[in-house]
Amino acid sequence: MSILDMTAVELAAAIKNKEVTVKEATLAVLEQIEKKESAYHCYVTVDKEGALKKAQEVQEKIDAGELTGPLAGVPVAIKDNMCTEGLLTTCSSRILGNFVPTFSSEAVLNLEKAGAVILGKTNMDEFAMGSTTETSAFGETKNPWNPEHVPGGSSGGSAAAVAANECFYALGSDTGGSIRQPASFCGVVGLKPTYGTVSRYGLIAYGSSLDQIGPLCKDVTDCATIMEVIASHDLKDSTSVEREDTDFTSALVDDVKGMKIGIPRDYFGEGLDPEVKAAVLKAAQQLKEKGAIVEEFDLSLVEYAIPTYYTIAAAEASSNLERFDGIKYGYRTEDYNGLHNMYKKSRSEGFGAEVKRRIMLGSFVLSSGYYDAYYLKALRVKALIKKAFDEAFAKYDVILGPVAPTTAPKLGDSLSDPIKMYLGDIYTISVNLAGLPGLSIPCGVDSKGLPIGLQLIGDCFMEKKLIQTAYAYEKARGAFGRKEEN
Amino acid sequence: MEKQYETVIGLEVHVELATKTKIFCGCSTAFGGAPNTHTCPVCTGMPGSLPVLNKQVLEYAVAVGLATNCDITKYCKFDRKNYFYPDNPQNYQISQLYLPVCRNGKVEIETEAGKKFIGIHEIHMEEDAGKLVHDEWEDCSLVDFNRSGVPLIEIVSEPDMRSAKEVIAYLEKLRMTIQYLGASDCKMQEGSMRADVNLSVREVGAKEFGTRTEMKNLNSFKAIARAIEGERERQIDLLESGEKVIQETRRWDDNKGESYAMRSKEDAQDYRYFPDPDLVPIVLSDEFLDEIRAKQPEFREEKMVRYKEEFDIPDYDIEIITGTKHMTDIFEAAVALGAQPKKVSNWLMGETLRLLKENDMEPEDIRFSPENLAKLIALTDSKSINGSVAKEVFEEMFKNDVDPEKYVEEKGLKTVNDEGALRRTVEDVIANNPQSVEDYRNGKEKAIGFLVGQTMKAMKGKADPGMVNRILKELL
Repeated sequence: MSILDMTAVELAAAIKNKEVTVKEATLAVLEQIEKKESAYHCYVTVDKEGALKKAQEVQEKIDAGELTGPLAGVPVAIKDNMCTEGLLTTCSSRILGNFVPTFSSEAVLNLEKAGAVILGKTNMDEFAMGSTTETSAFGETKNPWNPEHVPGGSSGGSAAAVAANECFYALGSDTGGSIRQPASFCGVVGLKPTYGTVSRYGLIAYGSSLDQIGPLCKDVTDCATIMEVIASHDLKDSTSVEREDTDFTSALVDDVKGMKIGIPRDYFGEGLDPEVKAAVLKAAQQLKEKGAIVEEFDLSLVEYAIPTYYTIAAAEASSNLERFDGIKYGYRTEDYNGLHNMYKKSRSEGFGAEVKRRIMLGSFVLSSGYYDAYYLKALRVKALIKKAFDEAFAKYDVILGPVAPTTAPKLGDSLSDPIKMYLGDIYTISVNLAGLPGLSIPCGVDSKGLPIGLQLIGDCFMEKKLIQTAYAYEKARGAFGRKEEN
Repeated sequence: MEKQYETVIGLEVHVELATKTKIFCGCSTAFGGAPNTHTCPVCTGMPGSLPVLNKQVLEYAVAVGLATNCDITKYCKFDRKNYFYPDNPQNYQISQLYLPVCRNGKVEIETEAGKKFIGIHEIHMEEDAGKLVHDEWEDCSLVDFNRSGVPLIEIVSEPDMRSAKEVIAYLEKLRMTIQYLGASDCKMQEGSMRADVNLSVREVGAKEFGTRTEMKNLNSFKAIARAIEGERERQIDLLESGEKVIQETRRWDDNKGESYAMRSKEDAQDYRYFPDPDLVPIVLSDEFLDEIRAKQPEFREEKMVRYKEEFDIPDYDIEIITGTKHMTDIFEAAVALGAQPKKVSNWLMGETLRLLKENDMEPEDIRFSPENLAKLIALTDSKSINGSVAKEVFEEMFKNDVDPEKYVEEKGLKTVNDEGALRRTVEDVIANNPQSVEDYRNGKEKAIGFLVGQTMKAMKGKADPGMVNRILKELL
């Protein structure tokens, strides 16, 4: 098997068995990046020199027996909204176009402790606002399955890099579907963990109460293994949760007998592409055949998720993005006349259209006189959505549905109609509003040859049920994935 | 008949808490330090950084709330106050609007008309901003974030005060309470206590409040009193001439003795407050509140009662000593070391107050330790040194907190108790001053004073004046 076709766990095992060196693996993937970047543009920054240096260090530690973990020596790509000490971190925005952090995010540090070799920073929608990676200030990423289509977003660079073998796995962040949807569009596995499971320290915030870091990877085994490394209780993040059940790989069991799976009828109504629907229901059938109990149910309030999400996320974003003012770091306009003009011009020139749209939306819903009617009401609906899920999880172990209504749209089709783009998040965002874990796994290919994603949603802290179900499904489904020409 | 006006005043008092580290990060709160040396990614608002609440801040805030009879909000939250300014690194300040930690309190003050309660609307926790340094030569401004994230509480009173005197009494009361708690040193000059004055006037007997203004930049009790007088007159003049008071924020210039408008209500910013999603809600348990309650110190009123019972010192002394936390600490520690309370009090009321006044210092600035004061008193008790030497030693203690035992030893100030040596000196003095001896023997009692003086001079002050007196009388 070619190095590039290995999963992260397979590669780490090969390195451990001295079949492959860390340097060989790093060089192979850097070569692939060189070959494919002009076609896909997955990265904002490739740190060739840093990666090779790190590869050497990690190899020495592996040889000395200091690094023995299941990801030691495996090259990884990091979404460009996670701080990396000394390495450009732009959020794919002009306003942070020159920003080099002085510290690394906790999730990245956890990976480094496990012997990860960081290849570079992946492209994304600007400040994670978008569903296509087209709002990046540095140009769009293209879907490796068909470069005329988007990779999804906002972690589109990470998903595409995994699909194109431009890394062995990647980190993404998910505020309203930003890991699961691009994973679905690019035919890879993605997990958005329970809120509080992975530290947000060092993640440049979009919607702080919804943001969560998670893996994008080639299969469910990698997914569970990466989760074990990045999940941690971090005292630097007040919203970080202390969990003792983070032995995610223990759930890699090919058995779903008696697993109760609910299918929300509301997720299969108008707007869902028939091919997506058929593929998702086929996956449900396969799980049923393996002994899962599958039944349909009504999950209420689905239609309120989108307005609720865009109110809360935009409100938080409008405040989170205030610090980008051109004073301490980042982009500052050339010519200005006084302080306020400097703020105004730096921010007008530094932010793209979608970011500005959400800052305006968020500022509006927090304005005096509108706060109760919009922001507070959204918080109340958020609590009701959580309650609807609580009721569902009283009956079911896992909720099964599509990740997105369609497969990846063509480049340029979404930006012209933001409302349509927002509606594409309908199946993913309620998971963030309720703080739940959600997993995306490929379950087929449509007639255009584009991958379809299956979404599994669990109750809070029930990642293991998702991993177990996904693992069993993966076994039933068989090998997936267009073989990337390496 | 001329109209009579009543002044209605409410205060917003900011108090810097005495924590070692900042409110949301581990940086030092120490004053001074080169610009931007007490900083980290959190208090400079770097992307990706997150705040974590310093528990000590919460403890102090709750302690102040309990001491001012507030209801403690058992489920409280932090909110973001959004506004752009370069001293505010995130362009939002983390504060509390919707669920402040304390509400509905009151403190009792003494007024000319007797005791009166001033209501406390709320106390909330928040972070301080950085400091802008304007470089006149370079035509630019620089930001120092050392103060950014220093913890503050804001104590918002009800509009219950009616005069500058009541305002000062209220501020004194707050200052004393907070100092006793050790929650802050409350130094107005250094900015660890700051007050904004909300003031309106209305005709005596009117039910409705008049339009109020908010006065900022008040750096001393005197400035506050002057600003209140000035603003009261300004508003009355406006009303008398048929104009209206405009709701606005004004800045007091204490040198000129006048204020000018900073911004009106129309320019008021919309701060778009909302709960900070980076900080989880704070749930205060009964156990936590009980712990804080148990740790509350003996406050001034209780101390005054106890001192009166336990110590034989005048009421006036008690009032002065308990008037500052630092003085009571010195007093109680010295007494605990065995010094007689009356003597400790005398040193504090006499020499200490005199030297403070001479050096233009506040009682908080006293540097000598109670240990050294107790030692000094012991030295006089044992007649090792006499009164005038003791004063000399005390001055050194006041300046440099010297150990009086060592100092007396090193400088050779110990009283000479060798009766033979003293007797010989006295004999010399008698031999050399026949006129005074003559006067004394002729019934001029005063003349002995001169002879004592001469003896002390010859002994370089190191004699016990009582002993000198006795020997003189014997020999004469």
